This record gives sequence, structure tokens and C-alpha cells, in this order.
Amino acid sequence: MNGLIPNFYSGEFTGELVVDGMNVKDHTTAEMATHVGLVFQNPENQLFSLSIERDVAFGPENLGLSREETRKRVDWALEVTGITDLKDKPPYELSGGQQQRAAIAAVLAMQPKVIILDEPTSFLDPKSALEILQVISDLNRRLEISIILVEHRLDLVSKHANRVIVMDDGKIVLDGTPRDVYGEQARLIGIGLPRVTTLFNLLRKEGLEFYRVPTTVDEAAYELRKMLAR
Amino acid sequence: MIQAEELKYAYPGSPDVLRGINLTINDGEFVAIMGENGAGKTTLVKTFNGLLLPTVGTVKVDGVNTRESSVAKLSKDVGLVFQNPDHQLFSETVKQELAFSLRNFGYGEDTIERRVATILETLDLTRYAESSPFVLSGGERKRVALAAVLVWNPKHIILDEPTIGQDYQQKDRLRNFIVQLNAQGKTVIIITHDVEFVAECKPRIVLLSRGLIVGDGPAEAILSDDQLLARSSMTRPQIGALMHQLGDLGLPEGVIDVYSAERAILQTVRRRK
Amino acid sequence: MSLKVFDGFKFAKLPTSIHMMDPRAKFVMTIGIFSAALLFSNIYALIVIFLVQLPIVYAARTWKKWAASMRAGLFLAVLIFVMNFVFGSTFVFSAAMTLRFVSLMSAFSIFFMTTSPDDLGLALEQARVPYTLSFTFTTAVRLVPTMALDAQTVIDAQRSRGLELDRGNLVKRIRNYIPILIPLIVSAIRRSIELAEALESRGFGASPNRQPLIVLRMKTTDYLVVALTFFMIGVAVYVYLYVPLPTPDIAITMPKIFPWL
Repeated sequence: MNGLIPNFYSGEFTGELVVDGMNVKDHTTAEMATHVGLVFQNPENQLFSLSIERDVAFGPENLGLSREETRKRVDWALEVTGITDLKDKPPYELSGGQQQRAAIAAVLAMQPKVIILDEPTSFLDPKSALEILQVISDLNRRLEISIILVEHRLDLVSKHANRVIVMDDGKIVLDGTPRDVYGEQARLIGIGLPRVTTLFNLLRKEGLEFYRVPTTVDEAAYELRKMLAR
Repeated sequence: MIQAEELKYAYPGSPDVLRGINLTINDGEFVAIMGENGAGKTTLVKTFNGLLLPTVGTVKVDGVNTRESSVAKLSKDVGLVFQNPDHQLFSETVKQELAFSLRNFGYGEDTIERRVATILETLDLTRYAESSPFVLSGGERKRVALAAVLVWNPKHIILDEPTIGQDYQQKDRLRNFIVQLNAQGKTVIIITHDVEFVAECKPRIVLLSRGLIVGDGPAEAILSDDQLLARSSMTRPQIGALMHQLGDLGLPEGVIDVYSAERAILQTVRRRK
Repeated sequence: MSLKVFDGFKFAKLPTSIHMMDPRAKFVMTIGIFSAALLFSNIYALIVIFLVQLPIVYAARTWKKWAASMRAGLFLAVLIFVMNFVFGSTFVFSAAMTLRFVSLMSAFSIFFMTTSPDDLGLALEQARVPYTLSFTFTTAVRLVPTMALDAQTVIDAQRSRGLELDRGNLVKRIRNYIPILIPLIVSAIRRSIELAEALESRGFGASPNRQPLIVLRMKTTDYLVVALTFFMIGVAVYVYLYVPLPTPDIAITMPKIFPWL
């Protein structure tokens, strides 16, 4: 499978997590939950309760935490993801973007050090996709939670990720900053490079020179202005 | 030709989802229906093959009022590919899955054999002919679902969110395939919120918001209108956003795909020399 | 049987006194009606038992949905009447049996319409039912409307491939449901697996001591309802044992046209 993992790296990524994560589902998975949280693609199949609050409380309740501790964590998780006002609503009354936030809050309440998200923008419209990536980015920058994102849409993610890992055929083939990775090899593997990067690669072939190849729209605008000013 | 006149639809016991649609789609057009979640896109296309009958107004397919026909009859000309292939697949082999609709429509066994073989070939699924559809990967199941509708060669094809869950290469192949279908003369209608996908193939965009059409025109125009985009929870495609930011440098508005952008930039550079 | 039968059992949040009642109290009340309906075969008693529920439906403001569930059960009700009458019971007795069935359906419909599955699960949990069991139950109830939606989508998808569900003899019609059932089952399984993965990732089963955030507490009104129900059951038992109830003076039976009756 051709996957992509931009890696926001700011926490500890100890080896034991990887090894334990490979175990078949058993008791260990529950223990793992306090270290690594996993948010899936389809928010609909992760929220099962009839109020968001209860869904978010589910994780801490499972851990056997006291009612006060659960209350604290639930309120905090809802606040961080910006959905405190939605806590009494059932999941089906929420938009896709709001549901995804709720799913993130539910995982956040376990207070993991790492959160993995599997294509969280798949089912979201463009605006919600941008918003959810901002929420995720904030989790990384303000709360220092490591984020591993499995995502195809590099155009959305490039400005947040400080590390990109490209996989092909079950192996890691590229690993570096976005700029390092978005080269010819990535294109040959079939990764969807941001359109601006593709554009600039084409312009370069036509002889135009740029200081560096951009990965975001802002960078691209900057580079073009500079080039045209010369 | 698909025509909707003053179309309103409400699910029983709920307020109107479609609040007065007037839309004409001519044969052979390539249309993308876009809009925020809940705008009524899926509801709208379900009126095109009779699954839903208008509560007010009419829908006519090639001159036939959908009220006076049946889903089975209308489906012969209007093929609707649903978003989730798992809602369709049920047969023991892919071949049988594809034959299903042809049997429903009453084709003879010889024709069925032929058509199934052809569509397997076209969508690169021949090696899976005898496999169970359930063991295929997500992307392959989507292709089977698509094949299952194309197999009876309907005049008009509607695809509901064909790009969800697909990686870049799959989307690329899908885009080329859709363009090809359209070039063969079929009317192609896709429901999508994938702005980047649409920017590269530039269909006519019909923008739906809260049950009404708020925009109808070429992709370049619709995807450059910030007001419309904001209303429908959409954003400019990357290239479009770039061109917009550089508007003061004499680069044209309404350029949304990579190749046109390349040409425009090269032109501007040469002009400056 | 259309999918609308599920509407009669679907929970909807409304701010009525019935909805806000503790589910345990409501359950006691439902069992009370249930027992009374099973106890009596007399038609007047059964009429009373049925009528007693109407003010409850009124207080819960769910007329339409209750009526829908009654309509859905119509087929079975008629079947019960016919079976009784054709096999020799009097008209009155058959009507009584039908009314018993209707009362039972109605009581449970009211219960499920006014009780959220979450609260049900909590009630079970607090009654010390093992968490895995109560969770299974709650999730099953919670997923019924989701599955109903799925079913509708599958029906739409297959109809769009030319499947006609209203044609053909009985055998063909049953066969026509295979393309509906299989995708439905597969979707259900896939959805369950996805949900299970999500739940495992949130530590399901990690600790045997769960302290739910939100707890059910019986209020005074709830205790009153329970007390009232027990009282009514007491009255019912007394009436059953000691009070002779009249039966209408019409003995209509099915004419003996079938020799084996």
C-alpha cells in the first residue's frame, strides 16, 4: 500500500511503543491506549454514544478513573478541540468536521503522548479539512503531543509537517522534511505532490530559476514574486 | 437530457431538502455537483433515476416524467454509482456481480457474457473475474461497483463521491477514465467536494447550498468566486489560490490547473523580457 | 413490513415527564402493564389496560410515532384475531387476545421511545449487570436506526441496478431479498469491526472498576411511580382472584365449515 506519514515530532518516541503496537489485540492494547491514541478515518464509526460528552468520557471510564478525574479530562478535551458547546448533542447532529473533533477529543481524554490519525480529512469538505488540520497542529505545538498523520493530501499538510515519511511496498523509502522529500523520486512512486510543487518543477524544466521549490501557496507566491522582480 | 423544474423534495416528516431546483443537463455534458454536507446533492441525483419522486415540481429524463416511469426503467438510461461499494456487492464472483444488473434488465446470456468480458477488460479487472468481491481491496471494490453500473452502458452516469478514500494515483486514473467516458458521448455527473480533483478536469459546476442552486457555471468561474466558496465550505484549489495572490503581477484570474498556470507564468515571464 | 416499524421504537429526546423518568422506574411500570395484560383474559379488563396507556402516550407527546408502531403491528394483530377465531374461539375472546397483544406492543413501544439507549445501559450497569453485556445491549439498540438507514441505501443501490422488489411470485420475491441482505450483513460486520477497533484503542476492558461520569439517580417522583405500579398490580391480582368480571352477552363463533374444527 502506498502510504504517507508526515510526522510532527516533538515528543519521545520510544521503541517499546512500536513493538507493543505490533501485538495482536489483547489486554496490551488497552494499556497502550494511554500512550498512543488512534483516530480513524470515518468519524461515524468511532462515536457510538448518544451524547458527545459520554463518548469522550468512555476512555477515562475504561481506565477506571474517579468521577472527578474523568470530569476534568472530559472538560479539558472538549475545550482543547473547541467543542464544549456540543457536549450534549448526539453525534449524528454534528457535521463531519465536528464529529472528527469529537473523535479526537475522545482520544485526547486518555492523555496519550502520541496520537495517530488515519486520513482524518477523507470524509471532510475542504473547509473542515483545513480546520481539523489546524486543531491537530495546535495539539502538537501547544500540548507537545507527537502526531503521526497518515494522509494523501500533501497540499493541506505540508505547512504543518516537519517530517515526511514515504512508504512504498511496505518499506520506508523517503524520510525528511517536506522539501527534501518532494523530489523526482516521490513523483515516480506516485505520491500526490502539492500542485504548486509540481508547477514549479515544470517551470524549472523550462529553464526558470528559483531559490527553492515551494511546498505551500505562500512559499510559491513569494518565490514567483522574487523571480519576476529579477 | 435531464431536466428539473421547480423541483422540491422533502423526506416524510421533515422540512424540504430541495427547495426549488431548476436545472437542465444536456446530453454529453460533464457536470460536478458540489456543495456543503447536507446541501441536498445526493437527494438531487436520486430524483434523476426515480428513487425519489419530487414532492413539488417535475424531473424529466429524455422527455419522460419520472413520475410516469419506474426506477428500473429509468435506470436503463441513468446509471447511479453509490458512494460505498459495500452497499452493493453481494455475489460469489465478480463476474456474477456484473451480470446481476444485465439479468434484471432482461438481456440474453450471450450478450451478458460479452458485456461482462468487455467491462472487465476496460476497468482492468479481468484477473478478478472469478474472485469473490469481498476479498478485494477498497479501491478494487470501488472499481467493481463502477463496472457493475457501466456494464449496461447507460447514457447518463452519476458518480456519488467517487474520490473518497482514493490515493493520488487512483484519483488520477479515475479522472482520466471519467474524461474518457465523457469523450465517448456519455453525460457524466459527479458529486464531490474534492476541489483539487475538479480543478484539473474543469467540468461545469453546479453549486448547491441548503437545497438551492447558488452557482452554475464553468469551473474556472465558480472556483474563483470567494463568496460562493465560503458559503459552501469550499476553498480555492491550490493553483487558483496562488494565481489570486499574484493578481497584481498581471497573471490572469480563473486559472486553476497546473498546465494552464505554467503557460500563463511562462507568458508573463517572456513578456517581461 | 416496511422499515417504518423501527420508527415506533426509536428514541427521540423530548423534555417530557415520561422521558425524564428514571429508566428503572419506567421499566417497572412497563412490566406492570405487561403482567396485567397477561393476567387477564377478560375483554373489559384488557380494554382498561389498553386505555390506561393513552394518557402516558399523551404525556410523552409521541402520538405520531406510537400510532406508526401500532399500524406496523396491525398485520400481526389481525393474524392473532383470525387464528383464534378460525380455530373455534368466540369473537369476544379473539378480540381480547388481540387487545392483549396490542397492549404489550404499545407498552414496550412507549418504553423504548422515551428511554435513551445510553440511559438503558446505565440502568443495567447500575443493576450490576456485567459491563460487556450492558454495553452490547446498548450498542445494539443504538445501531438499529443506523442499520435501518443502511438498509434503505442498499435497497436504493440495488433498485438502481434494475432490481424490482414488488414483482414476481412469492419464491422470486424472497430470492430478490438476497441482494439486500448480504450487503446489509457485510456492512454491519464491517461497521462493527471498525467500531471495535476504535473502542479497543480507547481502552475498552482495561479496568474492571468503571465509574461512569453520569449516574442515574431515582427521584421522588420515580419512587412514587414504582409504588403506584406495585399498588396497581396488587389491585389487578385482587380483581382477578375475587371480582367476577362481566362478559358481553354475545356468543359469536365461527360457523363449522371446516370438518376438522
